[in-house]
Amino acid sequence: MIYYMSQKVLLSSKEINIILHRLACQLLENHLDFSNTVLIGIQPRGIFLAERLTKILKEEYGVKHIDLGFLDITFYRDDFRRGDKTLEANKTKIDFLVEDKNVVFVDDVLYTGRSIRAALTAIQSFGRPAEIELLTLIDRRFSRHLPIQPNYRGRQVDAINDEKVKVMWKENDGEDVIYLINT
Amino acid sequence: MSELSVKHLLGIKYLNKKDIQLIFETADHFKEVINRSIKKVPSLRDITIANIFFENSTRTKLSFELAEKRLSADVINFSAGQSSVKKGETLIDTVNNILSMKVDMVVMRHPNPGAGIFLSKHVKAAIVNAGDGAHEHPTQALLDSYSIRERLGDVGGKNVVIVGDILHSRVALSNIFALKLQGANVKVCGPKTLLPKYIESLGVGVETDLRKALNWCDVANMLRIQNERLDISYFPTTREYTQQFGVNKAMLDGLDKEIVIMHPGPINRGVEITSDVADSKQSIILNQVENGVAIRMAVIYLLASKIK
Repeated sequence: MIYYMSQKVLLSSKEINIILHRLACQLLENHLDFSNTVLIGIQPRGIFLAERLTKILKEEYGVKHIDLGFLDITFYRDDFRRGDKTLEANKTKIDFLVEDKNVVFVDDVLYTGRSIRAALTAIQSFGRPAEIELLTLIDRRFSRHLPIQPNYRGRQVDAINDEKVKVMWKENDGEDVIYLINT
Repeated sequence: MSELSVKHLLGIKYLNKKDIQLIFETADHFKEVINRSIKKVPSLRDITIANIFFENSTRTKLSFELAEKRLSADVINFSAGQSSVKKGETLIDTVNNILSMKVDMVVMRHPNPGAGIFLSKHVKAAIVNAGDGAHEHPTQALLDSYSIRERLGDVGGKNVVIVGDILHSRVALSNIFALKLQGANVKVCGPKTLLPKYIESLGVGVETDLRKALNWCDVANMLRIQNERLDISYFPTTREYTQQFGVNKAMLDGLDKEIVIMHPGPINRGVEITSDVADSKQSIILNQVENGVAIRMAVIYLLASKIK
């Protein structure tokens, strides 16, 4: 972390926990028992959020069963060959049909909207969903390249372009915390 | 973030262990893709690939073409039989003519060893060697190792015997390089006339008794007797070859462990292996074909991402 010029805590573990519960309740309000709804975590960082929400919905709100899948969008991205690096793929794991289901995409940060654009194309390989919604923990306002907006948002942030939002999860990074990093 | 250490896939000899690992991990993702109901991804929609085959091929050509199409690349095919090559055009001229139509990658099979290497030095395009004479056939070796990894969990530490015509086989050479790189133990087995004289210098064992070889190995890769390459008689008759180096079901059942049977195809049924071996549970011949598409998608994807 030493090479970062500055970083400040955007959301603490306690605040994240409150927001996750609110998002879970909002999902519950619209999808009730999740019998016709599937959650799709967008690889690589959206899967932690999707897993956490599933856990809260099951353990604290008594939802019996939720279909949870992970979608990798690497092969659908629009910046292939445009950067210096090879785009490395992650695992896609969707072992149910999305045909006629209500799909909720779950990702940690919504920035340009390009990942979600790719996800909208990628999900078509698994069927024709009845509808698709988007849940995002951090919505970086004013930085969108495409007309894509979330249906459920944790916190809206006005970050300028050379700032970076980093979401850390206990299960992966040791603690729940969100930083705003000035590079 | 990892990427391939090479710009072309000319042979396994030019790869390192990390490259093979990256190709396998990428192929895992593509294998999941080609088992979906919609088997296509849009990654390579701005890439054009020319498949140039100066030698006959069914399976490799189909496999490459399918891999390219599953990645949404534009594909043009060229077979030497119907071309200006017969009118005396040189290889570089042929390829440069194709490249001036804005082609980014060339997949080439050629009867001369080193043709791909030669081409990579003279033209601006990523080259994938789809077999150059008796030299290398890298994608075949990659899909063979990938199939072993899929069946046995790992390639490292496994005993693999390659049986048949080692002398004329590009599959054998590429397989030896790939298997050794991943830490497998390799032996070759065949008539002495078809074993290259200094093959031990590659770090492989030599066995002329098939039974001993089968008892030693976890995997037997049975090569085809390539009659088209046998310019002189290397063994008295096909029947005698089969008696000494053909695998049948009774032989497999007589072993104290269940070994894996591979074959790069096309099979001469009843020569290298009998039908009941080729169609047995121990055979992963059709898995090799399926994996071939995923491996070629991975190779093309990784090389294409280095085209600037």
